[in-house]
Amino acid sequence: MNRQTQQRLTERALKVREHIIRLSAGGGCFIGASLSCVELIVYLYSEWLNLQSNDLNNPGRDYFFLSKGHDVPALYGTLVETGIIEAARLEHHLFTTDSVYWHPNRAIPGVEFHSGSLGHLPAVAAGVAVDLKLRRLQNRVVVITGDGELNEGSVWESLLVANAYGLDNLTLLVDRNQFQANMRTEELIPLEPLADKFEAFGCAVRRLDGHDFTQLEEAFGELPYEKGKVNIIIADTVRGKGLPSIEARADRWFCSFTEDETVQLLEELHGSVPAGIYSETLIVR
Amino acid sequence: MSYEQLLTETALKDERVVVMTAENRALVRNMGRTLGNRFIDTGITEQTMIGMAAGLALRGRVPIVHALAPFLTMRAFEFIRTDIGIANLPVKLSGYIPGFLSDGNGPTHQAIEDVSLMRGIPGMEVYCPADEDDLLKMLPAVWASPHPAYVRINHTKGEWEHQPFEPGKAETIAEGRDITLLVHGFLFKNAQRAKYLLEQQGFSVGLINMRSLKPVDEAAIIQCALHSESLVTVEDHLLTGGLYSIVAEVLLRARISAHVIPLALKERWFKPGLLTHVLDHEGFTPVQIAERVVRELQTVKK
Repeated sequence: MNRQTQQRLTERALKVREHIIRLSAGGGCFIGASLSCVELIVYLYSEWLNLQSNDLNNPGRDYFFLSKGHDVPALYGTLVETGIIEAARLEHHLFTTDSVYWHPNRAIPGVEFHSGSLGHLPAVAAGVAVDLKLRRLQNRVVVITGDGELNEGSVWESLLVANAYGLDNLTLLVDRNQFQANMRTEELIPLEPLADKFEAFGCAVRRLDGHDFTQLEEAFGELPYEKGKVNIIIADTVRGKGLPSIEARADRWFCSFTEDETVQLLEELHGSVPAGIYSETLIVR
Repeated sequence: MSYEQLLTETALKDERVVVMTAENRALVRNMGRTLGNRFIDTGITEQTMIGMAAGLALRGRVPIVHALAPFLTMRAFEFIRTDIGIANLPVKLSGYIPGFLSDGNGPTHQAIEDVSLMRGIPGMEVYCPADEDDLLKMLPAVWASPHPAYVRINHTKGEWEHQPFEPGKAETIAEGRDITLLVHGFLFKNAQRAKYLLEQQGFSVGLINMRSLKPVDEAAIIQCALHSESLVTVEDHLLTGGLYSIVAEVLLRARISAHVIPLALKERWFKPGLLTHVLDHEGFTPVQIAERVVRELQTVKK
């Protein structure tokens, strides 16, 4: 990846993080998990997905599914920064005047399918992928899942089935931020060795730093990895990435901050001292 | 006293109790510390949690299980019906943020068909507390019963001191000649305020807290139908299968014809947003409830 592209994407990711921080006021959002997948979504929408913002329903498009729907602030921010939706729509967050809420839905242009209940979209994506195979089309399908989401048995069922049907046009991108809602994955339902598990289910697996655009470009550039196998990219990420005061705490999952706190968080994002999160405005769902 | 304190007390007194969650810890944040290995968090695995609860119940335990209401009642539905229902095991289901309480989460998180689904399982009891006081009054009886039960958890602070709880009994707050509001769960408070607004307009208004939906208090429903001109069912649930359906079934069985106004969600999910916005958008503020009732009454008179 050339320097220019890398810089452009880095700047875009910073802007997306600003959107996420703003969405954590006035009712809150799932801030920690949204911050971990920013580079993944920014990379896909900026560089990889064959999407035309003026023709989102083009049948030649690649399909992107956000299965860990609570990360939608990262998607909202990306859709604004790529010009697919107006920034002003985010001001309607949690108002019944629009459809901008805690999980994605198709009233937002650029959202392929709704989500929020975990472990659904690997199967929906497999359905799309199998049809593309049936029709001998070249569109590609990517699903972002969480790592906690991998607890759900439906994820593993869909991988068994997708491999049975040789869906190498399907890629599962795992936001491996090491946390589920309340605690570290390895302290609750251990996932490691994760790559081995996916391989045992018949997938072709890569693992990379999910905040590094160069590595993302390399991994996505080499798809499909093996004929007839579902591709898995395990992206090692940091929950709360960019905000040390969020990164440091296991319980910063769903947060509802005051306007004042978000101002401090924005400053923290731009390199000043960690924000003083004084009030316990935390709500964990 | 909070839900968690009552649960802790109950579990410490009765070693049959096992507290489980599919990583929804909002109600059981400290149980790992207080209960040790009788607290089991299965991760984000509602079906496995329910299956394990059945296994624990087979061994004589009373599992009290927790998850968001939609995932508990719908993701794991067939496991509840098959592993708990068919075997009639005393597993206690605590569904969090049911109905409007899922506010800004969206349709994926809206349990507005949970009453319908759970009451469709033979032997399953269904309870809908009006507020925290009501919840804490019903739980000891619900947890002590030998039957499976679903509680539509609502621990919002209320303004009313509820009467003692008895399974199968409604709580009559007031009787009214013109209108009786039948309500369950979170909308109790708004129905109570709507009652006041309607009374200001000269109506005689009754209010019944339908805290026990299965078994349901048939006598209370029949009593209201016989002594009140109109009944109003108020619920944050789909019209199909909830309180309105229950009232209709009871009256039909008793061959009683009544004017019933259903205030419910009709064939759609509600518009997500912060709770106050949701109530306003869906027409369930006290003023809106009163207005909708008056409008319906005027239609009938014409």
